[in-house]
Amino acid sequence: MKKVYFSEIDGNSMGYLAVVAILGLITVLGLGAFLYMEHSGHWVTGMNNQVVWGMPHVFAVFLIVAASGALNVASISSVFSKSAYKPLARLSGLLALALLAGGLAVLVLDLGHPDRLIVAMTYYNFKSIFAWNIYLYIGFFAVVIVYLWMMMERKMNGFTKAAGTAAFIWRLILTTGTGSIFGFIVARQLFDSAIYAPMFIIMSFSFGLAIFILVLMAIYSGTNRPLGDAILFRLKNLLGVFIAAVLLMVTIFYLTGLYATEHHDVVAFILNGNNIYTKLFWVVQIIMGSLAPLALLYNPVTGTSRAWIAIAAILVILGGLAQIYVIIIGGQAFPLVLFPGMEVSSSFTDGVIASYTPSLPEFLLGLSGVAIALIIVTLALKVLQFAPNSLADVDVDPHYVAAK
Amino acid sequence: MNMQQSQLTVSNAMPTHQGRLINTNYGLINRSRMNNNDSMIDQKRRAILGGTAAAIAGLTIAPGVFLTETAHAKPVDEAISSKTRWGILIDTNNCNDCNDCVTACEEENGWGSGSEDEQNSRPDQKAQWIRTVKVTDKKTGYAKTLPMMCQHCEHPPCVDVCPTGASFKREDGIVLVDKHICIGCRYCMMACPYKARSFIHETLTDQRSYAPRGKGTVESCTMCVHRVDNGENPACVDACSSSMTFGDLNDPDSDISKELERHGGTQIRADLRLNPGVRYQGLNF
Repeated sequence: MKKVYFSEIDGNSMGYLAVVAILGLITVLGLGAFLYMEHSGHWVTGMNNQVVWGMPHVFAVFLIVAASGALNVASISSVFSKSAYKPLARLSGLLALALLAGGLAVLVLDLGHPDRLIVAMTYYNFKSIFAWNIYLYIGFFAVVIVYLWMMMERKMNGFTKAAGTAAFIWRLILTTGTGSIFGFIVARQLFDSAIYAPMFIIMSFSFGLAIFILVLMAIYSGTNRPLGDAILFRLKNLLGVFIAAVLLMVTIFYLTGLYATEHHDVVAFILNGNNIYTKLFWVVQIIMGSLAPLALLYNPVTGTSRAWIAIAAILVILGGLAQIYVIIIGGQAFPLVLFPGMEVSSSFTDGVIASYTPSLPEFLLGLSGVAIALIIVTLALKVLQFAPNSLADVDVDPHYVAAK
Repeated sequence: MNMQQSQLTVSNAMPTHQGRLINTNYGLINRSRMNNNDSMIDQKRRAILGGTAAAIAGLTIAPGVFLTETAHAKPVDEAISSKTRWGILIDTNNCNDCNDCVTACEEENGWGSGSEDEQNSRPDQKAQWIRTVKVTDKKTGYAKTLPMMCQHCEHPPCVDVCPTGASFKREDGIVLVDKHICIGCRYCMMACPYKARSFIHETLTDQRSYAPRGKGTVESCTMCVHRVDNGENPACVDACSSSMTFGDLNDPDSDISKELERHGGTQIRADLRLNPGVRYQGLNF
């Protein structure tokens, strides 16, 4: 393999400035939404005492899950020694850090008391999976920064594999922790399942890679640097495998639910209900977000078209957001079972499907998490050498050229 | 709690030679709306002094022998101990959907109709520390009404999941939220199988000093810990003596333990093995 040369992007073009300005504007709007919700209180949101986590959590969890998945490309290079992925490893690490920062920002800004962040850092209940996650998130930043350092500092290159392995293990534990936020909840019918940990890990592979492919294509098209088919097609084929793996996990999850009578009600609520969650599940998550991209990525015509690959990646992201929405919001909207098999009613919406309509400020706060992540990437590319000068086939994978 | 209220609460209980406190002012003071008005306090103080003498005379027939059993309160300077496990027994056969327990809690703790706050919040956003739940067997039509609140579990999921330890269980089994370190993450609300917790969605101003509440924090039934520590029953129990019994589940001689021994009791979602401190009778589903 040829030596890979990295350089900062120029970042002087109108296009670059426009990207920064748009992302900056979304970030500012999100911060404005946060201030409004923080000042007024959560009554201005669609959240209530049954649906306690709303749209901000959907974005936050999606970004946090995608963050660990974005690191996969680097892991494939460092841990599994696939040299074709080596030029992408730095960008992979950067994107992972940026997505986690964006997700955590949204998570923290949606707290009832974001001003008490220092409390969350100083008071710990070690039986809480949330408390573990605080360590896992902070540790992820540290581990990935060290990993990037090993990769970017020539004298330290020898430690890249060790640091990459540590980061890979850490990210698996981190996503296990994120999935377990739901897996460890006994109260809600849709949660309380060990499958959430592995399912979230597979979801992270898929969402993180979809975002990585889009960011990679945007950078190389925006900077006019060559991006060859060899690496792009490898990535899109891998994305197809991950989409199929997520589908497998989702199928197992709901089949288990369909088998156990105890879970029939909640599974019917998601799969065959007259509600938004059923529509999101079948139309956005399964058809648009899984089956369509699978077809697009493996069809010989669309699978070799950059535009269609980009569309497939966008569909995976939309499907992923829908999947997290169905899990988080759908899981809360379904009533708690106080008396199994009985009909329950009260003044506190017992026994009825809870309503939740996300408000604009919630959506803006969530979207600002995406903007924060992307603006970090955009600015970092300008100041540090994350992007290889060329990802042309001849530079990345001479065998691919020879085989052509 | 300010000085006047401290005096008031302490003076509500009289130490006995047994090292326990007995409450002496049931029915003498309307504690439903505490205010800081001096004349009110003076009236109350007079009522307490008069009530104390009358109550001691009425309840004691000989030193150490009492005609009525009261909740076993501890001296104010004694640490909370796990020797006690406070619980409430609710006989749903007598529950007639009157809502008195809910109203009493609202007035006592300053939420719902007991407060001017939460005007902006939608109905599904307003706090409910206790609510009446109607359970119906769809097949037979058999229905029961019962009050539902924090079940003060021995193994509370809300305490397990709270990242900062703001949700905590006292040694005597009462589950509370420390409002000073609650960051408002709402994970406890996700975890509670009884939907017993509420999040405060807006700024509050009209509060009881002994039941602090605040925007951005989570709250739930405190089992009227301010009253229990003072040797009194929770407000709901006092409002509904026909259906609700409060007492020490660890004391085999307490009314609640004796009643549970005689007629048994049901735990809601017993399958979760949380061992709640609130038990029900008459739920023959």
